[in-house]
Amino acid sequence: MSHRLPEHPDWLWRTPDPRRSYDVVIVGAGGHGLATAYYLARNHGITNVAVLERGWLAGGNMARNTTIIRSNYLCEESAALYEHSLKLWEVLPQELEYDFLFSQRGVLNLAHTLQDVREGTRRVNANRLGGVDAEWLDTDQVREFCPIVNTSPEVRYPVLGATLQPRAGIAKHDHVAWALARKADEYGVDLIQGCEVTGFLRDGDRVVGVRTSRGPIGAGRVALAAAGHSSVLADLAGLRLPVQSHPLQALVSELLEPVHPTVVMSNHVHVYVSQAHKGELVMGAGVDSYNGYGQRGSFHQIEHQMAAALELFPIFGRAHVLRTWGGIVDVTPDASPIIGPTPVENLYLNCGWGTGGFKATPASGWVYAHTIATGEPHPLNAPFALERFTTGALIDEHGAAAVAH
Amino acid sequence: MLLIACPWCGERDELEFHYGGQAHVAHPADPEALSDGEWAEYLFVRDNPKGPFAERWSHAAGCRRWFSVVRHTVTHRILAVQSNHPTAADGTKPVTA
Ligand SMILES: Cc1cc2nc3c(=O)[nH]c(=O)nc-3n(C[C@H](O)[C@H](O)[C@H](O)COP(=O)(O)OP(=O)(O)OC[C@H]3O[C@@H](n4cnc5c(N)ncnc54)[C@H](O)[C@@H]3O)c2cc1C
Ligand SMILES: [Zn+2]
Repeated sequence: MSHRLPEHPDWLWRTPDPRRSYDVVIVGAGGHGLATAYYLARNHGITNVAVLERGWLAGGNMARNTTIIRSNYLCEESAALYEHSLKLWEVLPQELEYDFLFSQRGVLNLAHTLQDVREGTRRVNANRLGGVDAEWLDTDQVREFCPIVNTSPEVRYPVLGATLQPRAGIAKHDHVAWALARKADEYGVDLIQGCEVTGFLRDGDRVVGVRTSRGPIGAGRVALAAAGHSSVLADLAGLRLPVQSHPLQALVSELLEPVHPTVVMSNHVHVYVSQAHKGELVMGAGVDSYNGYGQRGSFHQIEHQMAAALELFPIFGRAHVLRTWGGIVDVTPDASPIIGPTPVENLYLNCGWGTGGFKATPASGWVYAHTIATGEPHPLNAPFALERFTTGALIDEHGAAAVAH
Repeated sequence: MLLIACPWCGERDELEFHYGGQAHVAHPADPEALSDGEWAEYLFVRDNPKGPFAERWSHAAGCRRWFSVVRHTVTHRILAVQSNHPTAADGTKPVTA
């Protein structure tokens, strides 16, 4: 007799019909929408809230990401925001009473060129000054920390060293979403699936609600958290965003014995790899170059990242690809998110997390909830306002975020 | 992988091409006259439609010429290809559909 399958879990949240109006309507039940609802209730006592989701809960990028969590970004503004997030990840399993397998197994960012070494050491120094744990490892230390990385000097791009953030790691994304959804629901938040927002109700210049596939719903404030579809929604409100939507793909192997102790990212040979708890190798790389909403990309991206993975990990030579998939990521010109009020009264914006917003889920919810509740940005998201594209105060994270997740 | 019909070389793999984003974005005639907001719009804001999108591609590993493609961003189907070759009488020349 084989093992018994685990019991199907009980439903973790109600399935209410939409009410006629709410204090806050959040559009999009991905990680960011759910975290925002949770912190609106927990931090601000605002519970007359609905999260509207056109598909099913956390079926967008939240279900498709490769779950890398780290805070070793270069710019102070980003490091502060992502470090706040990492600190929240460290307490959330307890607070949400849900073990979502947050595993602080460290992240290595490999350096293969002199330029990589300079960028890496600079980032380590910047991180330390900003209170983010960071170390520089030389080639031997990389081999010690992750023995399966090919550190031979004979390869096309030898490993010259790496940055290590020991507190970084991975978590189980769908469980994170369910944990947040369950708590938000307990606070009284209505999570409404199969409810697409198709327009906005206006009173003069103000937004006073949304049109949906399930009828109009009034709202004191409307908060967008629609990731890849942010431009489409903003367009319905007459706003043009500095955002382009791109396919981003990832893949997994079959289940293997534990062989990979950490997370390895390489901007230069362009791949990142971890091993999930069940045993599958999880890898990804960069976006497809073209705009796309089709949740799939081109095959050569997959081919390229597997070639890179084999270069770094010859041991994976006999592994098989089990599944590939794509999500739609919302990319900004400076590879940093946009979080704040918009020129339209009562309409709030949280988007532009691009390829790396999973790690930010808790902090994004925290600062967005603050912004929605008070009408003013939290100090951590003030620099990430839409206006930075006019003032020129960009937060250029291409170095730390281009491949990276 | 996209199959793109270069107006000069015919159908080739996407791998031979370089993407250039939204088509028909003209450099402002008098940049100094623009407000910061208008300049930001020119620099950073592009259409991002879910549907047909006119975009630039360059045949980087081929003839190295730029041209425009209208592609559906959900189905990825290419609906039209246009060259902007200066010798073309009207500046644009639909090549395939
Ligand atoms: C392949 C891949 C790998 C990634 N890897 C990482 C990683 O390792 N680490 C990391 O930090 N980040 C990673 N990311 C990025 C991360 O997944 C996203 O930045 C993040 O999930 C975006 O926030 P979200 O969870 O709220 O988005 P989503 O889960 O996409 O939520 C947005 C929701 O809005 C809904 N919606 C859209 N339009 C409407 C509408 N009109 N009405 C109602 N609802 C609507 C969508 O259906 C969707 O459920 C990855 C992304 C992809 C695609
Ligand atoms: Zn050509």
